[in-house]
Amino acid sequence: MNKWRKIFLSDNIIVPLVAILLGLLVGAAVMLIGGYNPIDAYRFLIKRVVGTPYDFGETIRQITPLIFTGLSVAFAFRSGLFNIGADGQVLIGMTASTAVALSWSGLPSWLLVPLSVIAGGLAGGLWASIAGYLKAKRGINEVITTIMLNWTALYFSNYVIRHFYLLKGQNRSEDIGASATMTFLGSTFSNARVHWGTVIALLAAVFFFVYLWKTKQGYEMRAVGLNSKAAEYAGMNVGTNVVKAMFISGVFAGLAGTFEVIGVFHYQSVFAASPGYGFDGIAVALLGMNHPFGVVLSAILYGVLTYGSAGMSFGAGVPPELIKIVIGSIIFFIAAQGIVRFVLKPFYLKRKKEKVM
Amino acid sequence: MSASTPVVELKQITKRFPGIVANDSISLTLHKGEIHALLGENGAGKSTLMNILFGLYQPDEGSIEIGGKPVKIDNPNKAIKLGIGMVHQHFKLVQPFTVTENIILGMEPKKGVNIDYKSASAQVAKLSEQYGLRVNPDDKIQDISVGMQQRVEIMKTLFRGADILIFDEPTAVLTPQEIEELMAIMRRLVAEGKSIILITHKLKEIMEISDRVTIIRRGKVIDTVDTDKTNPNELAEKMVGRSVSFEIDKTEPNIGPAILQLNDVKMTSKDGVALLNGLNLEVKAGEIVGIAGVDGNGQTELIEAITGLRKIDSGSIKAGGKEIANLSARKIAESGVGHIPEDRHKHGLVLDFSVSENLVLKTYYQAPYSKGSFLNRNAIDEHAQELVGKYDVRTPGIETKVRSMSGGNQQKAIIAREIEMNPELLIAAQPTRGLDVGAIESVHRQLIEQRDMGKAVLLVSFELQEIMNVSDRIAVIFEGRIVGEVLPQNTNDQELGLMMAGCWDQGGQPVE
Repeated sequence: MNKWRKIFLSDNIIVPLVAILLGLLVGAAVMLIGGYNPIDAYRFLIKRVVGTPYDFGETIRQITPLIFTGLSVAFAFRSGLFNIGADGQVLIGMTASTAVALSWSGLPSWLLVPLSVIAGGLAGGLWASIAGYLKAKRGINEVITTIMLNWTALYFSNYVIRHFYLLKGQNRSEDIGASATMTFLGSTFSNARVHWGTVIALLAAVFFFVYLWKTKQGYEMRAVGLNSKAAEYAGMNVGTNVVKAMFISGVFAGLAGTFEVIGVFHYQSVFAASPGYGFDGIAVALLGMNHPFGVVLSAILYGVLTYGSAGMSFGAGVPPELIKIVIGSIIFFIAAQGIVRFVLKPFYLKRKKEKVM
Repeated sequence: MSASTPVVELKQITKRFPGIVANDSISLTLHKGEIHALLGENGAGKSTLMNILFGLYQPDEGSIEIGGKPVKIDNPNKAIKLGIGMVHQHFKLVQPFTVTENIILGMEPKKGVNIDYKSASAQVAKLSEQYGLRVNPDDKIQDISVGMQQRVEIMKTLFRGADILIFDEPTAVLTPQEIEELMAIMRRLVAEGKSIILITHKLKEIMEISDRVTIIRRGKVIDTVDTDKTNPNELAEKMVGRSVSFEIDKTEPNIGPAILQLNDVKMTSKDGVALLNGLNLEVKAGEIVGIAGVDGNGQTELIEAITGLRKIDSGSIKAGGKEIANLSARKIAESGVGHIPEDRHKHGLVLDFSVSENLVLKTYYQAPYSKGSFLNRNAIDEHAQELVGKYDVRTPGIETKVRSMSGGNQQKAIIAREIEMNPELLIAAQPTRGLDVGAIESVHRQLIEQRDMGKAVLLVSFELQEIMNVSDRIAVIFEGRIVGEVLPQNTNDQELGLMMAGCWDQGGQPVE
């Protein structure tokens, strides 16, 4: 009991919670200025998310890729790397899955689906490893290479889809037969697009936790992330760890792409611009304090706000873009923890006094 | 005591942190033109007290008077306005900026909207001359020595009009010569009417330069004494709370076969400068060899070469008869080389790891700390618990992050880790840097214990006293070569100093 109490009162939990609250308040203030009723807006937002089984299922669908990309960014961060390239890795994962699923469409689906998933994860991982390798061998900052690789991934994916898998007369691939949809849940959620990716995403979070904190390799990775000099002194191979960390980070991102095609859309679009999953991932990771379970929670928040914003506009007439302000301010408050601590100060003082007594 | 009002008077200052009283009703007076030393072990509360005076912390109780007037100092800017300047132990300088740019940072003299560099530079030059600092205003920080950088820190406080200067462990990073020069500068400063609070735990310096000493132990003032009415033994006793021996008890070494042999080792930097220039060195089982030298003559590179952190170009390095040159750091560690690194924050520890995680930094992958791919937490924690007790590492718990521990205890943790690996050769680089008398004594004892157990110990230090006291043999390094070897009982500071400056023919025997 006491342990739980301690966990919930620790700064790592309180600061994000207060930041969320402050973010919602800022959003409310903006709504008031704009002449909208914030209470109504938030009410419709929640209603949209939990109102019907279909919407609830769709919210889960919205959350899933955010968990993956959030984990991707957080994992790299824990190893001392800033992976801005989750976006590109998502696209490469998506493309690899599409390619496998369409090229061997004759295979039975119990074989094709796992193959496609493995291809997506592997491709995302290898793509990210390019940046890892350049960092380890040539000392090139991964921020720069991953950003560049995002564009490479975008155009490369579009090329592959256009030249090999294009549905005639459309700007997208042919339909993918392989499907990771959870058909048995279809009726529960009124045919919302729920898929196995969600389960895999949660498992990925558990893997993240176990790998980083319970295994030898994870210990090395954290040591490299926190102090690469000390890791080197202790005889760890910093370069290998960098490549490995980028690979795992890329696998997470690649899986986000995989399940978007075989779980949700069942085709891949030719993208005019980057779909932005990876960038949302940065926000999710930040919000989740780069902890796997934090990432899951923050992905839920992010997904709920994003999906619910449609309800907000439908029910209360608030433009859905306003939710970006809310999300933006939450992230701002998380990053500027000083402000949150300032808000909390009176409470802390009280606690301290109690302690002294 | 003079009759004039003190420039600073701290009255009954109390500061509590969760679980600890850092300052317990501390009173201290500083007179004009006085050098007042603040002596205490690591974690005794010296820094807390000075941070209160500099406005970084607020006292829970007590008051501060500056020039007889009560003041409330709630931020460093206010402290600066009141004429208080702090020379931090870790310099706060912008490396690619010039001396002048660093000094005026934050209060740049303006000419219209432009910074008036010309007058700033002139002002800096004038200050430099007035206090005998001999700093070139146009040099970049990255190009000047550590001693010079410190002078820039001093000038920063003077430029801001400080009359009360706080020096936080100023000699920790300096060479013996630079220390002498700093002493001269401090004398000049007080002659010009400044007052100085000197935080240190080096008794020699206190005896040499201070007028009065206030000794703090566990947050309480133990005593304030006039320096000329005391002696180092008395001070040490007051500081540690028990008598301390400066004479290191050690028996004659029982020297065995050579453990470490370096033969004609060469290493060049990226731009082709010779860092190690045909270095020869031998350390035998059962002896402590001290490397004396001025900073930057290849000490760091020598250690990096032996421990595998940096590749050598040619030559041979043998440990226990086996060639280890250019092997990986891990292979070398496994072949029986322990290494207490020079910079414990940069290399020795992962500061955001817990004590237990740091104690297995080099052995985490071996049994029993790992089983298969997984770490064995229980074994790691047990190991930590054992070492914390055995080596007297004072920490609230083994889950505590080492970042929050004092320097002395961090060092104890590193030494515990290295010695527990039971190496045949133990390399100790600056092992007592920044430690207090009690901790230094314990580090020295441990090194000697290792030697008595028949291990080879290589000690690198800028503290001549340490080299003289602990080593069985002294090798002097100059420009990447060992230029001479002497026995500590047959030499003195002057001779070593000359050898360290490259005039080795005055003293010891050439190596070969």
